[in-house]
This record gives sequence, C-alpha cells and structure tokens, in this order.
Amino acid sequence: MSDLIFNEKGQLRSLDSIDGELATLNLGPTHPATHGIFQNVLKVDGERIVSAEPTVGYIHRAFEKLAERRPFHQVTPITDRLNYCSAPINNMGWHMSVEKLIGAEMPKRVDYMRVIVMELARIADHLVCNSVIGVDTGALTGFTYMFQERERIYDLYEEISGARLTTNVGRIGGFDRDFSPAFMDKLRDFLKTFPARFEEFNSLLERNRIFMDRVIGAGPITAERALSYSFAGPNLRAAGVDYDVRVMNPYSSYEDFDFDIPVGKDGDTYDRFQVRQEEIRQSLRIIEQALENMPQGSYHADIPSFYIPPKQEVYSSMEALIYHFKIIMGETPIPSGEIYHAVEGANGELGYYLISDGGRTPYRLHFRRPCFIYYQAYPEMIQGSLLSDAILTMSSMNVIAGELDA
Amino acid sequence: MEQDSYGMVNIQVPAEHLIEAIQALKAYEKAPVQLLTDLCAVHYPDKAGKELEVVYHLHSLTQNLRLRLKVAIAQDAATVPTLCNEFAGANWMERETFDFYGVKFEGHPDLRRILNMDQMDYHPMLKQYALEDETRDDKDDQFFGR
Repeated sequence: MSDLIFNEKGQLRSLDSIDGELATLNLGPTHPATHGIFQNVLKVDGERIVSAEPTVGYIHRAFEKLAERRPFHQVTPITDRLNYCSAPINNMGWHMSVEKLIGAEMPKRVDYMRVIVMELARIADHLVCNSVIGVDTGALTGFTYMFQERERIYDLYEEISGARLTTNVGRIGGFDRDFSPAFMDKLRDFLKTFPARFEEFNSLLERNRIFMDRVIGAGPITAERALSYSFAGPNLRAAGVDYDVRVMNPYSSYEDFDFDIPVGKDGDTYDRFQVRQEEIRQSLRIIEQALENMPQGSYHADIPSFYIPPKQEVYSSMEALIYHFKIIMGETPIPSGEIYHAVEGANGELGYYLISDGGRTPYRLHFRRPCFIYYQAYPEMIQGSLLSDAILTMSSMNVIAGELDA
Repeated sequence: MEQDSYGMVNIQVPAEHLIEAIQALKAYEKAPVQLLTDLCAVHYPDKAGKELEVVYHLHSLTQNLRLRLKVAIAQDAATVPTLCNEFAGANWMERETFDFYGVKFEGHPDLRRILNMDQMDYHPMLKQYALEDETRDDKDDQFFGR
C-alpha cells in the first residue's frame, strides 16, 4: 500500500489515483494533544498523513468589531485575549501603537520598564511552548518544573498589575504605578535562581537521544517557503532567516540592549525548540541589562490628555478630575491618522493596523496575528509525516487558539 | 505614491494593475519585497464608488523598507485579483477579508469563510452592521461619540 502513495524516494505520488484507499481521521476540535480548539480532518495511510484540512474559528470573538465601539484605553483588555500566554506584550504593543498615533514620547524609564515586562512575558511563553514539546514526546517531568517557574513570572505580573493571565498591564502613556520594592525583590530572586533550573530543564531534553530522534526532521519548512507564508518570529528564525522586529525596527529603546538573535537551519521541530531555548537566555540578558541601567524618572509620560490620572488625584485635584472625565467620556483630542506598529510578540511580528478618524474609538483596527498567518502552512509541513510528528509540529509552532481566532 | 506623516509609504494601485505592481516590487533590485506582512480591508461607506479599500502591508527585509499598497474598489463590484500565486500566506488572509468584508479574490483556490460559520449570510465588519442592539438609547452616539 505505502509504495502506492510514496515513490522510491519517499515523495508523495499524485493523490487522485489512490483516493478511496485512505482513512479519514478527524483530529479535534477538542483533543488533548492539540492544546486548544483546532480541528484537522486528516487523510491517513496507516499512520502517515497524506493531507490535512484545518478548520479554525472555534473561539472567534470578533475583537476587531468590538474595538470599533470601544474608546482607545478600553481596547487593552481585548489584546490580553489574543496570545494569552504572553498578554503583556500584546498590551504594550497596543499602548505603543496609540502613542505612535498621538506622537507621544515616553521617558526612558517607561521604555525600560516595558522591556522588562515584555521579556518576562517572552520567557513565560517560550517556557510553555518548549516544555509542552517535551510532554508531547512523552517527557512530562520538565513541564512540571517549568510550570513552577512560569508561576513565578505570573507572580511578578501580579505585583505590577494585580492580574496573572489577562494582565491588562500599563496604560497609554506609561504605567499606572511604579515597580514596587516587592516586585524588585521577586525579580532579582527570579534572575538569581531561574537560570540554573532552566539549564537543568535544558539538559533533560536538548542532547537527549530519545528526544532528538523524535524531533529532528519533524515538520520542517525551508526559509523560502516560510517567507512565502509570511512566517515571523521563532518559527521563521528556525528556518534560517534572522528577522526580528526588535532589531529591524527597534521600539521601546530595544536599541540600547545587547542581545543575540539565534537562528536555526532546517526549520524543523528541533530547530524551533533550540531557537526558543536560546531566546529565553537572551531575554534574561536583556532583563539584566534593563535592571542594571534602569534610568531614574517618571513611570509615565507627561501627556495629561491621554494618560488616565491616578485615582487618588482624581478625588483630590480639579485638574486630574477633568482629565479623567474627558478621557473616560472620549473627549480626548485623538488625531486622525493611519499607523502600522509592530512588536516582536512571542510568536512573531504582532502588528496593529490602526485607522483613527479623530473619533472616540478606532475607525478600524486590524491585528496582524502571527499564529493565524503561519498556521496555514501546517498542512504542508505535516504532509507525508507520521501522526505523532504532526502533534509535535503543532506544539512546536506554538499555535495559540486565542491569537489564531481573534 | 506618497509618504504619510508616520513615515510609511502609501501607494494607490488600481485593482487591474495589482499583480503587476506586486511582481514589480518583488523583482525590484534595490529593495525586493519578500514579506506580505498583512492584508486586510477597510470600509468607508461615505466614499461613493470606493467604499472598500483592500490594504496590503509589504516588507522588504534587505532594505528594511515597509510599504502600504491600497486598492480602492466599489462595494457592489468588490473584486480584486488574488495574491496566492505571489505569496502562499495570502490564502488565509484573503479568506479572512472575504469573510468579514465580502471582497472577492479572483482566482483564489478556496475562497470560503474562515472564522465565521459557513451559514452566515452577511459580512459582519461592514459598517452598516451595528455592534450593539440599535434599539438601545442609553448609549446614544450624540452624547458618547461613535
């Protein structure tokens, strides 16, 4: 049977002649191995995948439509729910987009604080992705230990914003409060103890023969195809293209920091795993630099028309009360304009295409969601591979349902 | 072709010349475009004859140059050629644009709804579909803006 489907070089023969001999397998929408609500109708020959037909949209929540009825500051909670594994990056990206629209300059301290929060989020996101690759190969141990570390990052979010998963952190114009001493203590403790534990986790998998045999060559993509599919982030870098928004179009003072961009070669699951592991180390480097060189100054910009004032001032000073009222009621002088702002999300270029007509709410807001764009390459990447490799490919691409379906 | 105040180059292209323009940009020696960063549509109900605008964000990695291509089309003849032959990634982005705005992409291999359910009989991001119940008067636009 299998030589009917694959020729002597292992390539697929034409599908027309063999249809009818294949089994159809419905994987998902809810399946424990798919980490989210994804459906794939697979045509399989034994355990080999001949074709896949993904269906998406199971948790579509019409965020772009919702944003057209919400004042700018109320869009932040929507962005939380895109890639919920690294919500702070989405929040910051949105704040920076609006700041770009209104032409506001941030104090250096705000930039550095944002960099710390965003890099923590990147670590949390990559930890989930990489430890889950371990789970899908049968190695649960690393996952349980790395989830403890992720919990510590969530504790850090909690110190800044009071929330853990959907953080809604920061404001347009900076932060709502400065980093507390408790946050600083916890962050220093994290930076001291995390690297050793992370390297221990790394040593469980990176040169583990069983793991390597499972992931090397699973779900590969060439650099050319990855570019054609508009890949970005770790998945593109694993294929060998060193494109990173933090370097190409630095935002939030990323140009001040010294860090490397890891790239892979084959674009397979092992390369994606390796790239993310190295990015975690680089993120730690960035956080350390930001902490060391943290500038003095204010934790928010001096733009009273856009920055929601602290509540205690609203109750005690006339100015703050007026601005609070104006911002909440949508009387702020938002200029009309059209911007595209991109940040390096944990999964790649997260873009905000924002059109404002000077009204209270965005006229149009489009999220460039990296997951949505690169998930369409999935059928091509798993064609001809084993079903168990397809599961690995999906988890190593880090497809997040919230970001995929918006 | 013009540069807006945010430094982005905007190019208006008629629908019939879109493919030519994309191919020329991909072949342009000084700054070849490699990435179709984003594709979406915008609805301007007040612009007669140009109600819909399909917006393409392109990126030349070698020169780190971003471009924005716009194709304005009428809502009752909302057809633009597909980019699937130029960028494999255009496939789902075009399906999304069709799903939400009803723009038909000529030559698309599989133009179906993607995020909404197949039975839906309208394109929800068009401006005539209000987000909230229109009989409500506690959120009057007159007082609260759009």
